[in-house]
Amino acid sequence: MDEIMPSSFAGATPVRVLNRDQKLLQWISSVDHKQIGTMYLLLSILFLVIGGGEALLMRTQLAIPNNHFLSPEAYNQIFTMHGTTMVFLVAMPAIFGFGNYMVPLMIGANDMAFPRLNAFSFWMTLFGGGLLYFSFLAGGAPDAGWFNYAPLNEYNYSSRPGVDYFAIGLLIAGIGSVGGAINFIVTILYYRAKGMKLNQVPLFVWMIFVDSFLILAAFPCLNAALAMIEMDRQFHAHFFNSASGGSALLWQHLFWLFGHPEVYVAMLPSFGIFSEVFQTFSRKPIFSYAIIASSSVAIALLSFGVWVHHMFAVGLGNTVNGFFGAASMLIAIPTGIKVFSWMATMYGGSIRFSIPMMFAIAFLIQFTFGGLTGVLFAIVPIDWQLTDTYFVVAHFHYMFVGGAVFGLFAGLFYWFPKITGKMLDQKLGTWFFWLFTIGFNTTFLIQHVLGLIGMPRRVWTYPDLPGYGVMNFISTLGAFMMGTAALILIVAILKSLRSGVVAGKDPWDGVTLEWYCDPQPGRKNFDKIPLVRSRRPFWDLKHPENPDWKNARS
Amino acid sequence: MHISTLFLFQSVLHSASTQASEINKLFGQFTIAAVLLLLFVSLLIVYICIRFRDRPGSPLPEQIGKNNRLELLMFIFPVVTIAVLLVATLRTINRVMKPAEGQPDMIVTGHQWWWEVYYPATGVTAANEFHLPIHKNLLIEFHSADVVHDWWVPEFGNKMDVVPGRNNYIWLNITQPGNFIGACSEFCGAEHAWMRIKVFAEDETTFNRWQEANKKTANLPSDELSMKGMLMFQSRSCGTCHRISGTPSTASVGPDLSHLFSRSTMLSGMMPMNEKNLQAWISDPQNVKPDAKMPDFIFSRDTVNAIVHYLTQLK
Repeated sequence: MDEIMPSSFAGATPVRVLNRDQKLLQWISSVDHKQIGTMYLLLSILFLVIGGGEALLMRTQLAIPNNHFLSPEAYNQIFTMHGTTMVFLVAMPAIFGFGNYMVPLMIGANDMAFPRLNAFSFWMTLFGGGLLYFSFLAGGAPDAGWFNYAPLNEYNYSSRPGVDYFAIGLLIAGIGSVGGAINFIVTILYYRAKGMKLNQVPLFVWMIFVDSFLILAAFPCLNAALAMIEMDRQFHAHFFNSASGGSALLWQHLFWLFGHPEVYVAMLPSFGIFSEVFQTFSRKPIFSYAIIASSSVAIALLSFGVWVHHMFAVGLGNTVNGFFGAASMLIAIPTGIKVFSWMATMYGGSIRFSIPMMFAIAFLIQFTFGGLTGVLFAIVPIDWQLTDTYFVVAHFHYMFVGGAVFGLFAGLFYWFPKITGKMLDQKLGTWFFWLFTIGFNTTFLIQHVLGLIGMPRRVWTYPDLPGYGVMNFISTLGAFMMGTAALILIVAILKSLRSGVVAGKDPWDGVTLEWYCDPQPGRKNFDKIPLVRSRRPFWDLKHPENPDWKNARS
Repeated sequence: MHISTLFLFQSVLHSASTQASEINKLFGQFTIAAVLLLLFVSLLIVYICIRFRDRPGSPLPEQIGKNNRLELLMFIFPVVTIAVLLVATLRTINRVMKPAEGQPDMIVTGHQWWWEVYYPATGVTAANEFHLPIHKNLLIEFHSADVVHDWWVPEFGNKMDVVPGRNNYIWLNITQPGNFIGACSEFCGAEHAWMRIKVFAEDETTFNRWQEANKKTANLPSDELSMKGMLMFQSRSCGTCHRISGTPSTASVGPDLSHLFSRSTMLSGMMPMNEKNLQAWISDPQNVKPDAKMPDFIFSRDTVNAIVHYLTQLK
């Protein structure tokens, strides 16, 4: 027996269907979590096209040795903007987009806790990104790398305004991120459906919850560093200038104290998406919810104690390096456990190979591989060899693309029917999956070898040494395969929006509350909501003969 | 294909120093373990996907989400692996990076975008190309004149950042004679790509011969054209940045040119050292290496020829 009750009411807005007549004005003035989520996702796709285009320019320049397609100044601006864009303007908005759209639906709430703060956060992100890109028109984009090391970022060595746009643009976008994080935390703490305990929220929600604390703790370090470099550049302060008593390494400490947690900020939501996908498409409960949830907390805490593994080659001494090497290795424990948990979820299931699940399975292998090459960077002496070569470029693309971006694509295919009411085209989607996966591995697998034969990263060109030309060319081919795949994805999205199969309320046989509400909910998500008694409330509703709250082994 | 490729090419897996051997021993052990683990996980995933795929009419699977024994195993396995790895790591760290003691054998200073080389024992100064003796424990110290650089030769093992305000060092004991190439491995601005390293690892006698040759003051001009070249060099402000021993030019902003033409490459490994390249460089430096610190001088063709002719005699 199930108790259906009126939903708790977050926000005091009266119930009405989204007004679709006002068009653009309606979107610009919206405080609705679904519209803001959609705008975040569109922003992310826009910057994905821009950042991807930059990657293709880089790979074109690197396709052959001694190439003069791009000047060194142009190349350095483009690789800086590629990294900055992908981290701050693609990964973050995509995470906030899915989080915004799905968290309230998954916990049975009608909106985020602070709808106006939510809109403010989105527009800050957009304006921060816009300001960053305005630099191209204002005398040159930032060109000191997304890590922006001191003293290269100082006025003496980068006198063009690019670094200023970098600092101010990221500060503004960062305000948006922090605002969004606070909003998620309050929403998840106070607006869960009746009966849903904190250890019963879907794992995606849990990951966003942990993620938000990471953002709250990590972004202040970046913001402090950005403010300090602006003071150095504009007011001749001396924070990072060693000639007048500052320290070049201080920048690296502050940046990576933010930068490494940021890696997990980008990863955790994808872990959450995969957890949803694995359990839905294996038709089994996720294996060991408690371990996946608690290991994410462990990752979040450990991530603040490992930043020096980006700095093993700066000469900090064996004791410091040994300590941070050990801490970095510890991260392999909670991540390794997750891989086993996902495999155990599939084991004994009844696996449906829909496109989200295909991304999830490809992710498992790529992530294991990227995780193992990641352990190499915790082994300090091997890090001394491989850091700052193409090996590390290959490694972190396996984590960022093979891990995080595959998760976001899985999420896109999984939730597209919820967001648009249409299925995302199966045939084009399959093409996209295979072309993107093969292109991705072609691009980055070979870069491990380039690193091993001595090619440093962040170079605008390279001499014609044995093997360099052919391997770089293969990598460039792979990049263009990924570019083609991205075009297919955009075509698939447009086609599905126009003439896609109508999805209905629950196309995947889901188990969580977002599939329980209307196919495309209006301003208010839920009129009625079941009393939540387990981690899979919608399963309980569909299977009154065997609900989770009666099943001790689920 | 990859493994054989790695042995044919220059690569980190080919050890030419005791430090690199230490690191590669660890690398080899880790690689075997990692490959086994990756195979295990991949094959298990393939097996699960085939064995548990959804078939038409498949019943709902049993709704099991926990198993304490398996969960404990999932935890213990990575913990034990990590513990073993950590011990091996700490041992190798201390073998590769011993405390610095005594006078450095070579001091390397990173500049945007070239390397200054100084041997304190003999006072020899050079640039971009490094001559080092084999079978000797060498202490190499790193200074930066501007931004962060990084000194790395793959076959020698560990790289080291060259950080302004810090005197970093490495120990190096080269075990094989030969030429080795490396590159600046920390992004240092526009021409980071052309800040390459070339090391000549030589036996003691060859190395000493090189030191003797480079200790001598620079050759004096031997003909009329080079005489004119030297006068031009001194009067057209080349000496504001460059040093040529035995002449009034003593600055150290740019590379020391006292024995310029004894080097095999120019502009930090960008191109072979020859008259034609020198001519192109001095006529239009910003075209040859954009953003390099050498400004465009508007020299006449005759002046360029004279200066180049003079420089080719500095062996």
